[in-house]
Amino acid sequence: MPENKTEEMVERKKAFTTTVDGTVVNRVYTPADLEGLRQDEIGLPGEYPFTRHIMPTGYRGRLWTMRQYAGFATVEETNKRYKYLYEQGQTGFSVAFHLPTQEGYDSDHPLAIGEIGKCGVAIDSLQDMERLWDGIPLAEVSTSMTINATAPIIMAMYIAAAEKQGADKSKLRGTVQNDILKEYIARNTYIFGPTASMRLVTDICSYCAQNMPQWNSISISGYHMREAGATAAQEAGFTLANGIAYVQAMIDKGMEVDSFAPRFSFFFAAYTNFLEEVAKFRALRRMWAKIMKERFGAKNPRSMMLRYHIQTDGFTLTEQQPLNNIVRVTLQALAAVLGGCQSLHTNSFDEALALPSEQAVQVALRTQQIIADESGAADTVDPLGGSYYVEWLTDQIENKAMTYISEIDKMGGALKAIEKGYIQKEIATSAYNYQRAVDSGEQAIIGVNKFVVKEEHLLETLEIGIEVEQKQIERLRRLRQERDNQKVSEVLDRVRNVASSDENIMPVVIEAVKAYATVGEISDALRDMFGEYREPSIL
Amino acid sequence: MHNRKIRVLIAKPGLDGHDRGVKVVARGLRDAGMEVIYLGLRLTPEQIAEAAIQEAVDVVGLDCLSGAHMALFPKVVQLIREKGGNDILVIGGGIIPKKDIPKLREAGIAQIFGPGTSLDEIVQYIETYLRKSDDKED
Repeated sequence: MPENKTEEMVERKKAFTTTVDGTVVNRVYTPADLEGLRQDEIGLPGEYPFTRHIMPTGYRGRLWTMRQYAGFATVEETNKRYKYLYEQGQTGFSVAFHLPTQEGYDSDHPLAIGEIGKCGVAIDSLQDMERLWDGIPLAEVSTSMTINATAPIIMAMYIAAAEKQGADKSKLRGTVQNDILKEYIARNTYIFGPTASMRLVTDICSYCAQNMPQWNSISISGYHMREAGATAAQEAGFTLANGIAYVQAMIDKGMEVDSFAPRFSFFFAAYTNFLEEVAKFRALRRMWAKIMKERFGAKNPRSMMLRYHIQTDGFTLTEQQPLNNIVRVTLQALAAVLGGCQSLHTNSFDEALALPSEQAVQVALRTQQIIADESGAADTVDPLGGSYYVEWLTDQIENKAMTYISEIDKMGGALKAIEKGYIQKEIATSAYNYQRAVDSGEQAIIGVNKFVVKEEHLLETLEIGIEVEQKQIERLRRLRQERDNQKVSEVLDRVRNVASSDENIMPVVIEAVKAYATVGEISDALRDMFGEYREPSIL
Repeated sequence: MHNRKIRVLIAKPGLDGHDRGVKVVARGLRDAGMEVIYLGLRLTPEQIAEAAIQEAVDVVGLDCLSGAHMALFPKVVQLIREKGGNDILVIGGGIIPKKDIPKLREAGIAQIFGPGTSLDEIVQYIETYLRKSDDKED
């Protein structure tokens, strides 16, 4: 066939692009597309700038941690789910707290009505935290906790519960999310204003740096921004801009960069556009390495390594034809693995309908195990490295994300950009464009705007009954009767005093939780000193 | 048909922070020519009902993805009706199990828009509904 004939061949679409952001994808990539990209930008696994993996052995040494985010109803039900997941081969725990715990309200608060045990497990006091881990040795496991505004309180409860089990806190392994900036942008479980919140974030980071060398003191999260509508490049740029703000805040606190940065960790989403996601993870690793080395002068290579957890993206799951979600999650999980994550959560196929059932959770976990043991994807490090397309796209995403970071730098950093509403607006616009693309059919969603069928939902889904609320409120009432209330009120006064000083908040909060002060009471003591944040309405 | 623009109040009752959907819907309704007030999140049913009356809206759109909709949506309708907003159309969205929908309808939430709903569907629903209630008045 003559060459010009190929040129004229009709293609399915006028233009092929990456997800929503409009980067045009060419028909084919060749070495010419990599001109200008230096070989040392790609490098080798385990070597700066870590584009290909942070470890030279990749998953040949150790597989990623299979860590399913779970929590619902009361601690008893959640404890049972954890033990089930562990028996099924999960290798790390990840706690979902219900919204009242995340936003600093006890279960009997008027705003908590209808929310008890819904989005996560109900934790009001240390008593609940102790029961959550009944029969699970905290000295031996690795636990991630998705908690932000109330992170000091929940972290204190975890430490206290572990110590009650006889564990040494310096040996505890795990992660506390502790990323408040993205709460103002997307996730919305803030309580206090940005200044007070940044102080609490850095208090936890420096407490961990001094007392808990194996604990990740923050998990800087792009996931929720992506869920809120960010493109891949926005997720990368905005997350690292937040990361820069946290590193700077720690330096401003007087800490030396290599003393805390090795325990900074990250959290991203994996969408279904498989190769774009792989490129994003590779770009992120390279960018963070350069930022830490060049911008902050880190010397320890561990400070330069972007270590991260992935959750397959919840927004991409469809209520329509829910079994199709198993396929989406598989593609997303494979992108996470080929991208080189350290830890992975795979969503359950029924999550656009309800909280996941046990069967759906098992399929989700098995998806990871099949990728690990059957697919061969974990057998060589960065198998897509050197692909003309993937390397080109890695470079594209890095450039776009760096442009966002420069833009934010010009505004005076992430905090300023959030106060101006810049990041929120960018994300809202991308979300709107995405919906428009779905509505017009330009972005196909199988079962939603293409290959639609009439269907009845026959899936068994998990439900949280009203008895959960009653049980939790009764438990709280009994706790308030049985504990030493004089002691509680004294320690809450001390919490207020420390909050208004420069002292690290963690030791006094640990004391407070040990006296069985509740999440709501300690949050109220902090509200007394810090006030509450009200979001500006940004559309 | 309405002479003035259709006025819509959009709000999130309860503690749920997932606001991608409401923000997209708010913008979509605005682009369709409606006047949209986005009240924000973490609101009590009382605050939403109060605002609906004060702003004299035609439509209230509620959204909840946390599973607290049964405790919150009916309460909003009840308070709006108590305050004299008898003609206000209340609609909802979020992660709402199918079996809850009849109960929500009974409580006065006229329509639930689940995941996968297009913006046009919501716009058309509101316009058709209000045109019908206008015809009744005539």
